Amino acid sequence: MRRILAVLVNDQPGVLARVAGLFSRRGFNIESITVGAAEEPGLSRMTIVTSGDERTLEQIIKQLHKLVDVIKVNDLTDEPMVARELVLVKVTANAATRPEISHIIEPFRAAIVDVGRNSLVVQATGDIDKIDALIELLRPYGIKEIARTGITALLRGSLARVRV
Amino acid sequence: MNTQKVDVMPEAGSASPDAEQPRKSMTGAQVLVECLKREGVEVMFGYPGGAVLPIYDALFDSNIRHILTRHEQGAIHAAEGYARVTGRPGVVLATSGPGATNLVTGIADAHMDSTPLVVFTGQVPTDMIGTDAFQEADILGITMPITKHSYQVRDARDIPRVVREAFHIASTGRPGPVLVDVPKNVSNQMVEFEWPEEVSIRGYNPTYDPNPAQVARVMEAIRQSRRPLLYIGGGVIHSGASEELRKFVHRTGIPVVSTLMGLGAFPSDDPLFVGMLGMHGTFAANRAVMECDLLIAVGARFDDRVTGKLERFSPKSKKVHIDIDPAEIGKNVAVDLPLVGDVKRALQAMLPEAEPVDTREWLAQIRRWDAQWPLSYKKEPGVLKPQQVIEMICEATAGDAVITTEVGQHQMWAALFYKFRRPRQWITSGGLGTMGYGFPAAMGAQLAAPDQRVICIAGDASFQMNIQELQTVAEHRLPVKVAIINNGYLGMVRQWQQLFYDRRYAESRISAPDFVRVAEAFGVRGIRAQTPEEAREAIREMLADPGPVVVDFVVPEEENVFPMVPPGAGTDEMIGRWDD
Ligand SMILES: Cc1ncc(C[n+]2csc(CCOP(=O)(O)OP(=O)(O)O)c2C)c(N)n1
Ligand SMILES: [Mg+2]
Repeated sequence: MRRILAVLVNDQPGVLARVAGLFSRRGFNIESITVGAAEEPGLSRMTIVTSGDERTLEQIIKQLHKLVDVIKVNDLTDEPMVARELVLVKVTANAATRPEISHIIEPFRAAIVDVGRNSLVVQATGDIDKIDALIELLRPYGIKEIARTGITALLRGSLARVRV
Repeated sequence: MNTQKVDVMPEAGSASPDAEQPRKSMTGAQVLVECLKREGVEVMFGYPGGAVLPIYDALFDSNIRHILTRHEQGAIHAAEGYARVTGRPGVVLATSGPGATNLVTGIADAHMDSTPLVVFTGQVPTDMIGTDAFQEADILGITMPITKHSYQVRDARDIPRVVREAFHIASTGRPGPVLVDVPKNVSNQMVEFEWPEEVSIRGYNPTYDPNPAQVARVMEAIRQSRRPLLYIGGGVIHSGASEELRKFVHRTGIPVVSTLMGLGAFPSDDPLFVGMLGMHGTFAANRAVMECDLLIAVGARFDDRVTGKLERFSPKSKKVHIDIDPAEIGKNVAVDLPLVGDVKRALQAMLPEAEPVDTREWLAQIRRWDAQWPLSYKKEPGVLKPQQVIEMICEATAGDAVITTEVGQHQMWAALFYKFRRPRQWITSGGLGTMGYGFPAAMGAQLAAPDQRVICIAGDASFQMNIQELQTVAEHRLPVKVAIINNGYLGMVRQWQQLFYDRRYAESRISAPDFVRVAEAFGVRGIRAQTPEEAREAIREMLADPGPVVVDFVVPEEENVFPMVPPGAGTDEMIGRWDD
C-alpha cells in the first residue's frame, strides 16, 4: 500500500544520504522523495512516498526516528492532507494534434509551457492519480520525455478542510 | 598567534564581555585532546598517520594513555573490549584513508553488539575533500550504515560540541559506535576553547521510563501465566540491570534463558538459570522456549541465531518485549506486550508488583529435560577435549575470569562450558561474529581491569587474524592469557561441511605456525599441552605467570559443537550427541 511520509530533518550535509541509505539497506522501497527547506531555518522537510505492509511501514518509521538528524516523522496517508507533484511532459505534436492536446489537458488545469516544431511541453500539478491519468491521455500522441518532481505534501489546516 | 586570533574572531577587539579576559587560542587538535580529558578518557587506542599528525602532537603533551597497536583493527577491537568491561565508550584514533578503512570491521562489530565507541578518523583538508586526494576515503559514507551517528567537523569551533554529542550518543540509549571525521586543516585551525556545559540534541531523545500502564499489563500477564520464561540479552548488561534482574527472578521464581550476549547478566550457577538458547543453546533452554506460555524478552532482539525458523519460534507463548530501542519491537517476531524503556528502569518499575508465580511444575519439567539431554561431551582417556579445556580453565579461575573469545567452535564451547557469574565478564563478538576480535579485545579488557584475570579463548585460525598484537601485549607486559583451542581447522566451517556438505572440507583445513615459538619470538611465554594432564599443568603455569602467556591446546580435529539447531530448522529440531 502506498504511504506518504513527511519527515522533518536537520539541514545537514549527508542527511539525504542517511535517509536514502536507510531505505536501501533495509530493503524498503522509495517511490519518490522530495526535499526542500522547511519553515524553520536549519530544518528541511522531506516527503517520501513508499509502499509496504503495516509492519514494514512501522519499521520504516521507527528506523527513521533512530536517525539523530531526523526530528519528526509523520505518516500523512490517512490524514487530511494536500499532496501534490509537478510534471513536465514533452509530447509529440504537429499542427494537427496541437489543438486536440490543448483541449485534452484543459480539465487538468495543465498548461502548455513550450511549443516546438514537433513537440509541446505540458506542465501540470496534482496528486499522483491525476498526473498518472494525464500521462495516460497524452501517451497516444507519443511521449518523448517525462520529468516528475515526486509528491510533496502538507497536513491541511485544522479549520478550513476544504478541497481545492 | 595574535594575528591568527584576530583572524578567527574578528570582533575580538570589540566591547564583548570576553574582551577583558581573552582566552588562550589553541589548535583544533589541542581542543580535541582537551575535550577527551574532560570526557574522562584515560586510555585510547590508535595508530598515527599524516592526517592525524596534529592530533598526535597534541596527545604528546597530555596524560591520556595511548596504546599503539600493530593494526588499526587491533586498536578498535581493543577499544571494544575496553568498553565492554567498563561500560564507557572505547576511544579510537586512526589516520585518513587506509587507517580509517581498517576500522570498518570493528565499527560494524560494535554496531551489531551495541558497544559504545567514539572513533576519530583523520581526513584530508576540507578544500581537498572530493578530489581523490592522497589517503582520502569517504569514511563517513562508508560507515553510515554501521554507525549510530557520525560527524565530519568542518570548523574547529564545533569540536567541543561534537565531541560531547559523540560521547553522549555513543553511551546513552541503545549504545553504539559514533564516528568523528576530522580534516587536517580543522586540526590546525586556531580557535578559542569553549566547553558546552550541556548536551541537547533535538533529534535524539531515548525513552528511558517505561509506560506505567504497560508495566501493569506485563505484571498481569505474568500473574496469568503458568509457564513463564525470561529470555535475557546483552541489553541487561548495557543497562546495568543484573541486580534488578536477580531480585525479580528470585521474587517471582521465573526461570531464565540467555542469549550469547546476555551471558553473565544472570549467574549461571543459579538454580533458575536454564542455559543459553538458540542455535547452540542447550536442549532444555530451547525446549523451554518452545513450551512456555509467556516469553519475556529483556534487552534481547530475537536474532535469527536465537529464533531459528521464525514460524516455529515459541508457538505457545504470549510475548513481552522490554527494550530501549523501539525499532527492535516487532522487527522479527510479533510481540503482544511491548515495553519500551531502559531495562533497569523497567525492572525497577516491575519489582514492587512482583510476586511469586507457582512455577514448581514448570521448573520440574525443565529439570527433566535437562536431565534427559544434558550438556555433555565424550571424554576419552589421554585425549584432550576442547570442552574439557574450557572446564579446566573455569575451574582454575573459579569462574571469575574475564573471558574474551574469537569466533568459531571454541567460542560456543566457551559460552557453554564456562560458568559465568557476573556481568561484563564475557566479551565475545555476537552479532557480526568477527574472527580476530577476541585477542585485541582481551588487551582492551586487561587495560580496563588491570587487576582481573583476562583470558582469550581463541581458535587456531582466528588467532592468526590479529596475531600481530602479541607485540602490543609484549610491549606493555599486559598479562593477557591466550588459550588456543587448536584443532587444525576452521572448526565451525568444517562442522557445517561435515553435517551439510557431505564432509567435503573445502578450504577449512588450515595450517598454523608453531604458536609456542611465535609467542617466544614476540617475547611472550608459550606453552603447549596435548593431554589432559599437560593441560592442567599448563593452565596452572599460565595463571601463575605474571606476564602474557600463549597456551597451544592441541585438541582432536573433528569434534563438533552440540547440541545444534540446523540452519533453517525450528528450535524444536535439535541435533546433538544423543543422536550418535
Ligand atoms: C572475519 C571472519 N571471516 C570468516 C568467518 C567465518 N568463520 C566462522 S567460524 C570460522 C572458523 C574459525 O576457526 P578457528 O578460529 O580455528 O575456530 P574453531 O571453529 O576451529 O574453534 C570461520 C572461518 C568469520 N566468522 N569471520
Ligand atoms: Mg580451529
